[in-house]
Amino acid sequence: MKKIKLSKEHKTYIMVIAIYIIVEILMAAGVLSSHIKGLLVPMVYYAIAAVGLNLCVGILGELSIGHAGFMCIGAFSSAIFSNLVKDILPGGIRFLLAFVVGIAFAALFGFLIGIPVLRLNGDYLAIVTLAFGEIIKNVINAVYLGFDGRGLHASFTSASAMGLDAGGTTILNGPMGINGTPRDANFTIAMLVLLITLFIVQNLIKSRDGRAIMSIRDNRIAAESIGIDITRFKILAFTISAAIAGAAGVLFGHNISSLQATSGNFGYNISILILVYVVLGGIGNIRGSVIAAGILYMLPEMLRGLNAYRMLIYSIVLIAMMLFNWAPGARKWRSRVFGRFVRKEAA
Amino acid sequence: MNFLTYLISGISLGSVYAIIALGYTMVYGIAKMLNFAHGDFIMVGCYAIFSIVSATSGSPAGMILGVVAATVICTLVGVTTERVAYRPLREAGSPLAVLITAIGVSYLLENLALLIFGSDPKSFTPVITWSGISIGALRIQGVTIVTIAVSLLVLICLTWFIGNTKSGQAMLAVAQDRGAATLMGINVNKTITMTFAIGSALAAIAGALQCSAYPTLTPYTGAMPGIKAFVAAVLGGIGSIPGAMIGGILLGIIEILGRSYISSQLADAIVFGVLIVVLLVRPTGILGKKIQEKV
Amino acid sequence: MALLEVNDLSISFGGLRAVDDLSFSIEKGELYGLIGPNGAGKTTVFNLLTGVYKPTEGIIRLDGEDITGKKTVDINKAGIARTFQNIRLFKELPVIDNVAVGLQNIEGCMYSTLDSILHTPKYHKVEKEIRDRSMELLKVFSLDGEWDIMASNLPYGKQRKLEIARAMATSPKLLLLDEPAAGMNPNETAELMDTISLIRDKFGMTILLIEHDMKLVSGICEKLTVLNFGRVLKQGVTKAVLEDPEVIKAYIGE
Repeated sequence: MKKIKLSKEHKTYIMVIAIYIIVEILMAAGVLSSHIKGLLVPMVYYAIAAVGLNLCVGILGELSIGHAGFMCIGAFSSAIFSNLVKDILPGGIRFLLAFVVGIAFAALFGFLIGIPVLRLNGDYLAIVTLAFGEIIKNVINAVYLGFDGRGLHASFTSASAMGLDAGGTTILNGPMGINGTPRDANFTIAMLVLLITLFIVQNLIKSRDGRAIMSIRDNRIAAESIGIDITRFKILAFTISAAIAGAAGVLFGHNISSLQATSGNFGYNISILILVYVVLGGIGNIRGSVIAAGILYMLPEMLRGLNAYRMLIYSIVLIAMMLFNWAPGARKWRSRVFGRFVRKEAA
Repeated sequence: MNFLTYLISGISLGSVYAIIALGYTMVYGIAKMLNFAHGDFIMVGCYAIFSIVSATSGSPAGMILGVVAATVICTLVGVTTERVAYRPLREAGSPLAVLITAIGVSYLLENLALLIFGSDPKSFTPVITWSGISIGALRIQGVTIVTIAVSLLVLICLTWFIGNTKSGQAMLAVAQDRGAATLMGINVNKTITMTFAIGSALAAIAGALQCSAYPTLTPYTGAMPGIKAFVAAVLGGIGSIPGAMIGGILLGIIEILGRSYISSQLADAIVFGVLIVVLLVRPTGILGKKIQEKV
Repeated sequence: MALLEVNDLSISFGGLRAVDDLSFSIEKGELYGLIGPNGAGKTTVFNLLTGVYKPTEGIIRLDGEDITGKKTVDINKAGIARTFQNIRLFKELPVIDNVAVGLQNIEGCMYSTLDSILHTPKYHKVEKEIRDRSMELLKVFSLDGEWDIMASNLPYGKQRKLEIARAMATSPKLLLLDEPAAGMNPNETAELMDTISLIRDKFGMTILLIEHDMKLVSGICEKLTVLNFGRVLKQGVTKAVLEDPEVIKAYIGE
C-alpha cells in the first residue's frame, strides 16, 4: 500500500487550520476568557508579519529591523481608506478594498525604500531599515488629514491649520491618530489572511524566483556569475515581505477603533519583537515563525498571573532559549541527549 | 544669538551621544556584534547614581561616590553580560543569535529596573550643579560645558590608550583579524571582555551627563539615546573612534537644530533621514573604510 | 573568427598593473590553458572576462560581440560561465537546485513571478522540464545519486564538479574553470580530466582553464598562455610552450 506523504508545506496549512478549528471549538464552548479572545487577532497578525519578515531575513538573507514601519503604513493607509468610505460601502467589500489599499501602500514603500537600501550590506541595512521604520512612525505622528465638502486637506502643524469647513471631519489627527475605524477584523478573517500569506510565501520559495532569491543569500557573487539579476530579486523579495507586513497592519488597524503610531504599536521594538519570532522559530523556517509567534505572543499573557515578573521571566526565557539553541556547548549536550531521535528522523 | 545657543546645546547633546557611540563602536569593531543592550547600561548607571545620591541626600561627596559606583556597576554588568550571554553564542558564529540575545538582555535590564524602581519617573538630582558662564547675552550652562569637556577628555584618553598600551594594541589586532590575533598569542576573549568593560564604563559616564541635562529617569531612559548613539556610530563609520565622535556631535546638532527650526515632532525623523542620506552616499559612513569582497 | 578575442587588456590597482597588455584568442571548441606562477594575475584575467573588474584598457570580444566593461550578469547572458578558485556553491540549497538555478535564463525553463506565487499549471509543466534538464546534467557529472542532499554536504571533489555543472546549466559558449583540480588527489584529478574532455566533446564546449597541475595542463590543453607578473611570457601550442626555457625558468626559478 502506498503511503501518502505530506510535504512540509501541506503540514503547515493543516496545522493552521487545526489551530483555527480548535480555537473555534473552545470559543463555542465558552472556555476562553474575553481577555484571551482579544489576543487572538493580534497573535495572528504578528504571525503574518513574522512570516513576511522571514522571507526577508531567512530566504533573502537580509536583516530588517523596520518591518513595524510597513505594518504602520498598512494600518494607517487602510484605516484612512475605511474611514473615508465607511458611510458609502458595505462592510465586506470595504474591508477587502482596505486590504488592497494597505498592501499596495506597504508594497510601494517597500519597493521605494528597497531600491536604495538593498545596496547596503548586513548591519548597515539593518540600521537603515530601523531608521526608515522610525521615520514612518514619526511622520505619521506629525500629519493631520481631514476632509470636507471641498475635498481632502492636510497639514503638518495642527488640525485647525487644515481649515476644514464646519461640517468637515478630521481623519488623521497627528499624535492622536485615527478614531472611529470600523472594527472589521476578526479571528476567522485573520486566519484566512495567514493562510493566504503562507500560500504565497511557501509557493514563492519553491519556485524559479525563490531559488534565485536563495542563491543570492547563499552566494551573491556566484549568483551573479550565472546570470541572476541581484537587484531585481532582492527588491522582489523585500517588496513582497513589506506587503505582507502591510497586510498584518491592515488587521491591526481594523481590530481597534482608535489607532495611534506610538512606539508601543509600531516602534523599532515591535520590529525587534517580530524578528525575535523569526529567529526563535528558525531562520528560513516558515512554519517555525508561525509557531514561535503564537507561543511567544501568548507567553507573557499566560504569565499574567505573575504580574510584575512576567516580562522579566519572558526576557530570561528568551536568553535561555537562544543559549540553548545556539551555544556550541548546549548543542553538544543536546545531541548527546536527543541525538538518537534526531538521527532517526533524518534517516 | 539664538542659533549659537542651539548650536552649543546641540554639541552638548551630541557629546553624550558620542560617548555612548564610542562604546558601541568599540564593541562592534572588536567583538563584531551589535550590543542592543548598550543603551540600557546607561539606564543602569543612572539608577545607580540616583540611588546613591538620594541615600546621601545630595552631598557633593555622595555625587562623586555615585558616579564612581555607577561606573563600577556598569562595568560589572557589561562584563557579566558578555561572559554569560554573549560569549557562548559568539563561538557559534551566528551574529543574528547574538543580536537577539542582546535584545533579551535589554528586556531583562529594563524589567529588572521596573521591578526595583517602579515605572513612575524619578526626578534626578543633577550631578553637575555649576550654573555656568555668560558671554554677553549668551549663557552657557555648566552641564553643557562639563559635558563637552568630559567627552573631549574621554576621546583623548581612549585614543591614547589604544595607541600606546599593549591592551589597546591587542584591541586593534582583534578588530583587524581575530584569527590572526589568536595566532599572534593575543587572548581574544580577554580583549573582548576589556572592550566591554570600557564601553560599559563609558555608558555610565554618559548616563551621569545625560541625566544631569534631562533630569527624569525611567527604566526606558537609555533605550532611545542608545539607538541614536548607534545611529551616530554608523553615521561616523562603525568601528572608527573619531568617526563615533564626529557622528555623535553631528547627530546632536542636527537633532537640536531640527527640533528648534523645523518641528519637534519630526526631529527624530530628520536625524534618521540624515543617516540614510549619508549611508547612500557613503555606504560605510563618514570615516568608514570601504570593504570589497575578494573574488 | 575566434570565439574569444582579447586585445591589449590591462588593469591597474593603485598604480600596480595586475594585468598588462594581454592579448590572446581562443577558437571555438578549443581547450585553452592559462598558467603562471602564483600572483601572475590569472584569476584577475577571469575577473576581467566576467565583468567583476572593469579593465583600464583593452577590448574583450565574445563571438564578435564587444563585452568589455559589461556587468557580470549580462556577460553570463552573453555566454560566459565560470567556476571559482575557492568553491562558491549555494550551500543551503540541494544539489539539484544548484543546477536548476543556473537554468534561470534558459529558453523553456522560464515562467513569470505570478506563476511562481500561484503555482499555475505552467509552473508545474516548466518545473518538470527544469528538473529533467537538471537531472540530465547531474548525470553527466555522476552527481545524480546525490541530487537531494545539501550542496555543503557533498565531498570536496564533487563540490568542484557541481560548480562546473551549475556553470554548464547556463548554456555558455565559453566555460572558465579556475583551478578545477585544486585540492584534489591524483584519482580525483584523473576523473576530472575525463569530465572536462567529456563536456568538450559532448557539448562542443570551448574551455579556458587556470591550473597549476602540469599533468592536467599537458594532458588536456591544446594551447597555453603563460602569465608572469601580469604580462604574457609565452603563448602557443602546449608542448612547445612547456618546453620553452623561459617558461621552465619562471616555474622552477620561483
